Amino acid sequence: MSAPLTSLDRPNSYIGRAVPRPNAKRLLAGRGRYVTDIRLPRMLHAAFLRSPYAHARIVAIDTGQARALAGVHLVAAGTDIAKVCTPWTGTLDHFKGMTSEPQLPLPLDRVVWAGQAVVAVVAESRAIAEDALELISVDYEELPAVVDLDAARQPGTPRVNPAGQSNICFRTQLDSGGVDEAFAAAAHVIEQEFSFGRHTPVTLEPRAIVADYDPEAGMLTVHHATQTPYQFQDLYARHYGIPEARVRVIAPDIGGSFGLKLHVYHEDMAVVGLSMLLGRPVKFVADRIESFVSDIHARDHRVRARMAVDADGKILAMDVHDATAIGAFSTYPRTSVVEGNQVIRLIGAPYDFKSYRAALEVVFQNKVQTSQYRAVGHPIACAVTERMVDLAAASVGLDPFAIRARNVIPDDAYPTASPTGYKFEALSHQVCLQRLHEIMNYDALRAEQAELRQRGIHRGIGIATFVEITNPSPAFYGVGGARISSQDGATISLTPSGEVRCAISVTEQGQGTEAIISQIVADQLGLAQEHVKVITGDTEVTPHGGATWACRGAGIGGETALQAARKLKANILEIAALVLQEQPAALDIIDGEVVNAATRQPRLAIAEIARIAYFRSDTLPPGTQAQLTVSHHFAPQGYPFAFTNGIQGCYVEVDVDTGFIKLLKHFVVEDCGRIINPMLVDEQVRGGVVQGLGAALFEECRYGETGQLLNGSLADYLVPMAMEMPDIVIAHVETPTADTALGAKGCGEAGTAAASACVLNAVNDALAPFCASINAVPITPARVLEALGRF
Amino acid sequence: MSSDIDEAEEAVRVRFIVNGSKVTCAVAPRDTLVDCLRNSLELTGTHAGCEMGACGACLVQLDGRAVHACLMFAVQADGARVDTIEGLSESGAIADLQAEFHRRNALQCGFCTPGMLINAHELLARVAEPSREAIRDALSGNFCRCTGYEAIIDAIAAVAEARVDRAAQEREAASR
Repeated sequence: MSAPLTSLDRPNSYIGRAVPRPNAKRLLAGRGRYVTDIRLPRMLHAAFLRSPYAHARIVAIDTGQARALAGVHLVAAGTDIAKVCTPWTGTLDHFKGMTSEPQLPLPLDRVVWAGQAVVAVVAESRAIAEDALELISVDYEELPAVVDLDAARQPGTPRVNPAGQSNICFRTQLDSGGVDEAFAAAAHVIEQEFSFGRHTPVTLEPRAIVADYDPEAGMLTVHHATQTPYQFQDLYARHYGIPEARVRVIAPDIGGSFGLKLHVYHEDMAVVGLSMLLGRPVKFVADRIESFVSDIHARDHRVRARMAVDADGKILAMDVHDATAIGAFSTYPRTSVVEGNQVIRLIGAPYDFKSYRAALEVVFQNKVQTSQYRAVGHPIACAVTERMVDLAAASVGLDPFAIRARNVIPDDAYPTASPTGYKFEALSHQVCLQRLHEIMNYDALRAEQAELRQRGIHRGIGIATFVEITNPSPAFYGVGGARISSQDGATISLTPSGEVRCAISVTEQGQGTEAIISQIVADQLGLAQEHVKVITGDTEVTPHGGATWACRGAGIGGETALQAARKLKANILEIAALVLQEQPAALDIIDGEVVNAATRQPRLAIAEIARIAYFRSDTLPPGTQAQLTVSHHFAPQGYPFAFTNGIQGCYVEVDVDTGFIKLLKHFVVEDCGRIINPMLVDEQVRGGVVQGLGAALFEECRYGETGQLLNGSLADYLVPMAMEMPDIVIAHVETPTADTALGAKGCGEAGTAAASACVLNAVNDALAPFCASINAVPITPARVLEALGRF
Repeated sequence: MSSDIDEAEEAVRVRFIVNGSKVTCAVAPRDTLVDCLRNSLELTGTHAGCEMGACGACLVQLDGRAVHACLMFAVQADGARVDTIEGLSESGAIADLQAEFHRRNALQCGFCTPGMLINAHELLARVAEPSREAIRDALSGNFCRCTGYEAIIDAIAAVAEARVDRAAQEREAASR
């Protein structure tokens, strides 16, 4: 018996199909072209002298010997670059009362974190530039450094910015009402304090930039390892006073990004200025140590949470306080407040309860800036919520699945809103919970756990429900006055030989953007996918757009491509109808052939339509102007965000003698709406989970008392490697958004969002017989032994 | 100070057989092999990730064994045979690994991928059919931030199985 036909059995139906990525073959052959690989004629290399102190006044800088070194072309300090670059301030208007000091590429008189770039050298080679750094002497007067989060919040503590009133960057609170009453009436009140360590994205390709200013043309070309080329086109134009149309940003192959490569970094801005001062191309590639001290860090939070629960285990209210330390500045242009803001707004998001109160305190300290990194705020909100739910389950005597089943927003309750004001179109917590229970084989795992416990083997099972923010509308940054686009654009053309090229503003960092865009275009136009070429990452040839961040590639970029392809198809059929003396509505395209829509009989190849339109327009009826290139822009409307949801589970083993944790298996059920390429979604989810597992068990930027980063190399800062990672079982639920024709939502942050929460719950489950508990991430062996009273 | 720097910059002639061709390079004594491959020979498929042998992005074959090109000075490789991702691609030696990585999307950004392939090639040359555990162990010096590793393990396991099957078929054909 043959299976029934599905939509995937139609010719050219690529939406929903697991096809490999066309661009991956090039990368497999070592033919990637990353910014680190780019070499331009007359190119020079920059290196930066960095501050050894977390906080110090710059008294004097002597660069005489460095300037005299053969091969050195320029030595520039803060004042030199300040002559050509205007300062920036990392605040957004809708965060009322938010403060941050103005920043320049290189500081004028004060350094505020250990590792801050102070002086730039440009030379014939990176090695010569580094030699010259050794010949520069800087006199510093050390100032008191603010290192600890709690110390930074104390009144009377030294200030990170002496001009500021305090070390508080931003404060806000939310209150939906009824919180105190709910706590007074609760059968159980759970209270807990959580701490989350700073970690950093560690993209394998470090930050890299080649700036090439041509003074004669008045044109700046920047090859930049970034995920947001249009944002940087705007920033370079405005801060260096170059007309925007004369700034070109090219983002070729990017060796990992995860949010790291969309923030403004001082060295990158400096390199643009250095190229302008010299009129030559200048390259800077951060080495790994520089990456650790100058890339953004993230997730440095201390959260106090209370939860009120009734006798049946129903959540009544939550009350939370999040204090987060962001470093000496707020990042530009997205700010360092967004993470904390998302933490307090996402806490409790999967659950149906009315009373919620939260306070957020964002605090400066003398460390490198923190900012948006994959699944911004989600892992913290999820860990706090899910650990509290497990503690509530334990108080009431419920199983973790049972308490979630009792509290998640029911699948038939949509549309609805969270007590923090997020509007949910349609989520699927109940069906996801059920699927996870099945794929984990939960009852069997519990039986195995109980049996092994008898033999002194301590395994734990943890689950965590999550809600993910995707497809952000202008409500995200636009309303705050940031010039960050929430719309995307595509220009799509039929070439003279009947192929299609699509230049689109969403970008590719390996997640498969180009593949899914070609799938959507081929599907909508009725072509074989190999006849569609997708172009991304060059502001000169693609229309302006937000590019790739906050999971908007498929949901917004994909919809842009879909609408553009439909427009082009209509234009092709209009010309075909003229040639064939037929109504356009009676025609369709299959496999590159215009066909009779009813009978599917081929009538004319689209290559023939292209030939006629481009080369023999004289044969078309008078007045016909064939439009075989169309441009289309799409901005999300309707819901401000397309929220997705899912649930994860994991099975771990804790060695109670050594504190080591072994990840045995991980499970994910996720719902990202319409799936365009299941293989790519699975791999996004797996990669995301592993980033979350790194956070859960290994990754922490550790600082000494004087504000020195103590583990700034890949030998000291642990990242997840193949040996420690488990196999990951994935299942899907599809709830498409009705806001777009495509129906896709994001999936890139789902894995990271809940992985550490899952591990936290699993480890605590394993430690339950010892009445030991951990509420800090990463869960290191030392913390496990400490919890067990053995360290 | 400046005399030290002169010494650091002094060129040394080194000769290798790179991807099957005889090559002569003028390198500074402090240039690493990865610097020389990427900058002098423009073989940019070999990447520098951590520059301390922890991430595996710079793996190349030196006289048939995988080595970290960031942990070796170019002068130390004088006289050696060096095979990079470009050479191994062109010779077809890793074509089955590349095809399986592609089919399973066992790469995302691709920056770690050349090092992964060279390590996988080395592993399968030593162990015909490694267990998944052994594959994970062998890759424990290759950092990938994108994939979560599972697809990479799957791809290598599938190639190992296919190579073993093919060898068995060839043996059978020869004995007939």
